Order: sequence, then structure tokens, then C-alpha cells
Amino acid sequence: MNPEIGHYALVLALAVALLQTVLPIWGARTNDDALMRVGPSLALAFCGFVALSFAVLVTAYVQSDFSVLNVVENSHSMKPLLFKITGTWGNHEGSMLLWALVLAIFGGTVALFGGNLPARLKANVLGVQGSIGVAFTAFLLLTSNPFTRVIPAPAEGHDLNPVLQDIGLAIHPPLLYLGYVGFSVTFSFAVAALIDGRIDAAWARWVRPWALGAWGFLTLGIAMGSYWAYYELGWGGWWFWDPVENASLMPWLAGTALIHSAVVMEKRDALKVWTVLLAVLAFSLSLLGTFLVRSGVLTSVHAFATDPTRGVFILAILIFFIGGSLTLFAARAGSLRQGGIFAPISREGALVLNNLLLTAAAAAVFVGTLYPLALEAVTGEKITVGPPYFNLTVGALMLPVTFAMPFGPLLAWKRGDLAGAAQRLMLAFFLGLVAAGVAAYAQGGGPALTPIGIGLAAFVVLGAVVDVAERAGIGRVPAATAFARFRGLPRAAHGAALAHAGVGICLLGIVAETSWNSETIIGAKVGDRFPVGGYELTLARLEPRTGPNYRELVGVFDISRGGASVGSIESSKRLFTARNMPTTEAGIRTFGFSQLYVSLGDELPGGGLAIRAYWKPLVTLIWIGAIIMALGGVFSLSDRRLRVGAPKPARKAVPAAKPVAAE
Amino acid sequence: MTRKGRRLVLISSALGVLAIAAGLVLFALNDTIVFFRSPSEIATEHTAPGTRLRIGGLVKDGSVVKSDNVHVRFAITDGGAEVEVAYVGILPDLFREGQGVIAEGRLTGPMSFAADSVLAKHDEKYMPREVVDALKKQGVWQEGANGAPVKASQGSSVQ
Repeated sequence: MNPEIGHYALVLALAVALLQTVLPIWGARTNDDALMRVGPSLALAFCGFVALSFAVLVTAYVQSDFSVLNVVENSHSMKPLLFKITGTWGNHEGSMLLWALVLAIFGGTVALFGGNLPARLKANVLGVQGSIGVAFTAFLLLTSNPFTRVIPAPAEGHDLNPVLQDIGLAIHPPLLYLGYVGFSVTFSFAVAALIDGRIDAAWARWVRPWALGAWGFLTLGIAMGSYWAYYELGWGGWWFWDPVENASLMPWLAGTALIHSAVVMEKRDALKVWTVLLAVLAFSLSLLGTFLVRSGVLTSVHAFATDPTRGVFILAILIFFIGGSLTLFAARAGSLRQGGIFAPISREGALVLNNLLLTAAAAAVFVGTLYPLALEAVTGEKITVGPPYFNLTVGALMLPVTFAMPFGPLLAWKRGDLAGAAQRLMLAFFLGLVAAGVAAYAQGGGPALTPIGIGLAAFVVLGAVVDVAERAGIGRVPAATAFARFRGLPRAAHGAALAHAGVGICLLGIVAETSWNSETIIGAKVGDRFPVGGYELTLARLEPRTGPNYRELVGVFDISRGGASVGSIESSKRLFTARNMPTTEAGIRTFGFSQLYVSLGDELPGGGLAIRAYWKPLVTLIWIGAIIMALGGVFSLSDRRLRVGAPKPARKAVPAAKPVAAE
Repeated sequence: MTRKGRRLVLISSALGVLAIAAGLVLFALNDTIVFFRSPSEIATEHTAPGTRLRIGGLVKDGSVVKSDNVHVRFAITDGGAEVEVAYVGILPDLFREGQGVIAEGRLTGPMSFAADSVLAKHDEKYMPREVVDALKKQGVWQEGANGAPVKASQGSSVQ
């Protein structure tokens, strides 16, 4: 397809987005039904044009159309097809177009499935979505046009950065963007409510599925990014407190707070103002993340290109949306009626505590990420805020959240019985203590934080089990009844328990890997044998191989344990010929939940090869835990209560058709 | 408890959490930030040995010495002064003589440094921003010379 078609479609998308911003909101102000009703059609048209534009760019990549500058700079005709496609968003322009596409899809989804939203709310929501669409399509067209031509067209492209030539590029950015941009919907809902000056429990029921969906995608996106960095960079680390990672963690923390406070609002009609503020903050932090990563103020592998006009443009977008929404919030928040009082010890109280600590953690990450930038801007002094800062602050704030997690769901709404909840958690607490004791015994000496972490993780997982068991009445009623009750529990209850268990599992992986991993750095020749965490590795042979666009040196290692062979592992060093750039492809082998990880270094003067090998106990639980958390989100999303709230246009807002067993 | 009393509990616990968080942040910031210095700055400022720092510049040509296991020595220069760096571990893929690098670790003497992590570029186009600034100060940097201007990235041994 002709790249100009893509460019033209993007221009049309901008025009449509402008209409989408103005018409429905105007309609809502003047009570003009016809104007309000054009919103959905415009949102779908916007979605169509952006999708067409994106499809054109993908086609240019697949066909290696080197008359397009973006393709020249980031592709190569010898690149495998998958990486030609994923290379579309492996660069600044393409990834911003993907951002716009995800935004357009979400807007289209609101238009399609928002049939039973009140007309004014829907018009305002689509209007706000339209304004975000204007900002990003204008940004693309004015500063980051992916369809710029080169004349004459070169015969070959510069290839994609080899670090990005990986299946991870197909998964991580789309998931992350689904999360980031998903919060644009909750943001639009919040701003729409503020424009209208009205908000009620039904609002929370519409917002919660969007928040849950965005949160689930963001959880998966962050976990995937972490695993990708872990196996691709060859250092064996899975979280570096890199500013770019922090940029994704901040909206995650705010989003986690949001999905919890939305529950309070929906059930108890309390915390309204706070929930609106969180919805605004979650997306503001997503925008901030986009700004930090895309503007080039941060230096990292994610910053594809530096161009001051882009930074200024994104900053303007940031100021407009964050400043605008917060100003609107300040002006209107007072008029939102507060309802639902509760005692400090209650489900609401527990959720408030959760929210306080999560937002405090987000603030700590915010300060640590932006302080160096601010300091350099003001004094010129260059500093780094590293892992010790984040481990201390975020760790200290997340510890109480995690400990309180099993208590929350066991407390009743309005007025809870803390002693009763503690009593029901006795067994879980005791087993947690046992786990801590076993961990302390197993490691003999060492930091006390390790057994505490292991015990806490066990307590959280068992606490989630207790929660579900208590609701089903296991032990109190006959097994058959308990099973029936278990199945009859609202999906949201299963989802919450599952997500909480996921947190515990993730924590277990983090503590075990951090405390007990072992590292061997050694210079080895073929035939050399060395120990790594209970296993023995032998460098069996080194063989050169050739891939489609690289050459590599593969080290094959035999693994043995107690003299018996248990398999082999391949690790390689690749040289990508187009850019003359080497990469390390770590060799990883999983045993149970633990992994053996080997990466190759440089050749040494004596003829050997530098080798770095790790034993990473229970490391996979980190990502499995995250996946379970996201799965909990999916379960909650499938709750009947939320489905009744959302899709069918025919049924006009059945007021809270709650399942009988609702908590 | 009255509505007012409840609100008081809520607000005071919120302020309590905020105060704790602010205290934590200030304490941790005070304790854990690492300053960036160029070799010339180290030469003129007489920073005390043992101070945790990040230093950046170019890997001096011909200075890299690898012993037969994984002990590496090299010099970082910004044209004005140079610092001897000792490092144990595997160097990043794009660590090369004459290229930009950042080392994090402690000063062991006036102009010697023990690094526990070494960051190099991720891509041949990139150069750590701090390094570019340091080189510009020394008048060594030529726009476009080391592969187009600037932008760094890490690649390292993070332990």
C-alpha cells in the first residue's frame, strides 16, 4: 500500500478526533441529543482511520519498502518476518502510532459497548477521549511522522536494534500500552463526571471494569518486560529500578489503589472524590511515563531518538491534561456529595489503608525518579538514585500493605471485627511462622529479612485460601454445601483471592531469588567444569553458527548434579552483521520453579571464555505470581455484576442486579 | 464514634502515613544517592577515597588489561585527566576502547577506582549523556564524531 494513504488516514483521524472532542461535549452542555449521538460514530471512525494508518505502516515493514525513512532506519530485508512486523513499533514513530491505535481501540470499545451509559456521561467520556486522540495524532503528524519518504530509496535498511529482535517486542509493548492507555478510559470517565458535576455508585460500576482491564494488562506488560530484560540483557537481573521501569510502576501502583477504592465507591458510596482523583492520577502517571520514555530526558534503551521539539510537545500535552484535569478536580470536587460513613476498623478502613500506602509508594517512586532530573535542571549536579533508595522506601511501604492484605477481605463493611479476622487467620499465621522458621533454619544465619519475607509470602497465600474457604463455609457446613457455595461465590471474590495469592507467590519468588541466588564468574576453556548452586556445568564445546542476519558463537554446557547428567544448556554471543553489534543470548534451563542461567562474556587472552553462571531459586514465581494477579483481574472482570452494568444496550441500567451471595 | 471523630481518625492516619513516607524518602535520599564525576573533576576536587561515585568518560585507547580470569583494568579519560579503574566481572557487550563508558563504585585512591558495575552503550549510536557533557566541558567532544549525538543507555553488570 502507498505510505501516503497511511499519512492521509492519520490526517483524517486528527480531523475526526477534533470533531469528537467538540461535538458530543457541546451536545451534552446544550442538551442536544443529536450532537451527543454523533460521539460513538466519530469514535469508531477515528478507530478505523488510525487502524488503516497502522496497517499501512506494518505493510511497509513487511514489504521492506525502503522509500520510507522509518523502515530504512529500523528494518532490513533479511530480517525474519516476525521481527519485520514487530519492528513497526520498535522505534519512536511506530510506537507512538501503536499508542494512538490502542487509544482508538479503547475509544471504539466505549462507543460499541457503552450502550446503556447515560447519554450525557457517554457524550462527555467520548469527548474527553477525543481530546486525547487530538493530542497524540497531532504529535505524530507534527513531530513524529512515520511515513516520511526518502528519495532516492536506499537498497538496504539499517536493521532493527538487535536487542529488540526478540519475541518480547511482540508482546511487551502492546500489553504495556493496553495498560497505560486503558487508564485513559477511566480518566475520561473521571473528567466527564467532573464536567457534569455528578457522580454516583453506578459510575463506579462502569469504571471498575475498565480499571480492572487496564490494571491486568499493565501487570502483564510489566511482568513481560521484566522477563524480557532478564533473559535478553544477559545480566540475570529482573528489575533494575531503571527510570523507565519506574515509569510503568507508578501508574500500576495508582491503578492498584484505584481498583480497590472503586470497590468502596460502588458498594458503599464512599471515597468518591478520592476515587476520581486516583482515576485522574493513574492516567496522568501513564502520560508522565510516556513523556519520560519518549522525550529523551531519560537515557535508556527505550529512548529511541532525541529531538527537543518532541520533548516540548509531549510536555505540553502533559501539562494540558494533567494540569487541566487537576484544575477541574479542584474546582468541582467540593460539589461531589460524600456518602457512606464507616468505622476505622472495617473493610472500607482496610481499603483506605491500602490506598494510602500504595499512593505513598507511588509518590516515593515518583520522587526517586524525578529528583535527579529536577536537581540537574536546577543546580547542574548529576546524581543517580539507585536501587538502595527504592528498595528501602517501596519495601518499607509495601511490607504493611502485604501484611494487612489477608485481613482486609475478612473484615465486614461499615464495622469490622479485627479480633475475629485475626482468629480466622490464626492457622495461616502459624503456618507462615513455620515457613519463616524453616527458611531461617535452611539458610542458617543471614539477614533476618529473608525468613520474614518467606513467612509473609506464605501468610498472604494462605490468607487468600482462608478468605475463600471462610466464604464457602468449609469446615462449618457439609462438604457438598460448601462446594456449592464455593462455586456460587461472586467471581469478584474468587478474583480478589486469586490476585492476593498472586502477590504472595510473586513475593516468595522475589525473596528467594534475591536472598539465595548464587553467581559464578569464571574464565573457562572447553572441557572445564565448575559448580553453580548445587549443579556442575561443563563447557562441552563451542560452535560457530549462522542465523538469518547474524553470526553466533554457541557455548554448549553439560549440566550434572551429583555426578548424574541432567541435560544441557546453550548460551551464545551473537554478532548482528548489519549494525556490527554484539548481543548476549543467555542460556536458561528451568528446574521446577528455579532456573540455571548462563551467559557468555568475551574471549580471554589465555584462550578461554569469560562465563557468568547463576542459580536462581524460585525465580519463575515472580512472573507466575504476576500472571496469577492478572488472572484474578480477569476473574473479577467476568463477575456478573460488572457484565450487567456494561454491555447490553437493550437493558436500561438494571439497578445493581446483585447476586444474592454478594459480600 | 461520631462522623466527625471518624473523619478525624481517617485524616490523622492519612497524615501519619504521609509523614512516615516523607521521612523514609528523605532518609533514603540522603543515604543512597550517587554523584556523577568526570575524571577532571576528581583530579581537581580531591574527593575522599571510599566515596561512592559514578564516573564517566572514554575508555582510554590501549589501557584495557584483562588477566586470564575476569579481572579487568582500564582507564577512563575525558581528555583532561584519567582514572584507573579495576573491575571484576563481565564487561557489557559494547564496551570498547575509545568508547563512552560509565563506571559505578568507590574511589580507592586519588585517581584509582574500584567499579562494581560498568555501563556501556546499548547501540553503536548511543553515548551516555553524562559522558557527552563531561567531554564537552573538556572540549574533546565533536558533534557527530562518535556516531551521532547523544543518548545513552545502559548495558552492564548489575549485581
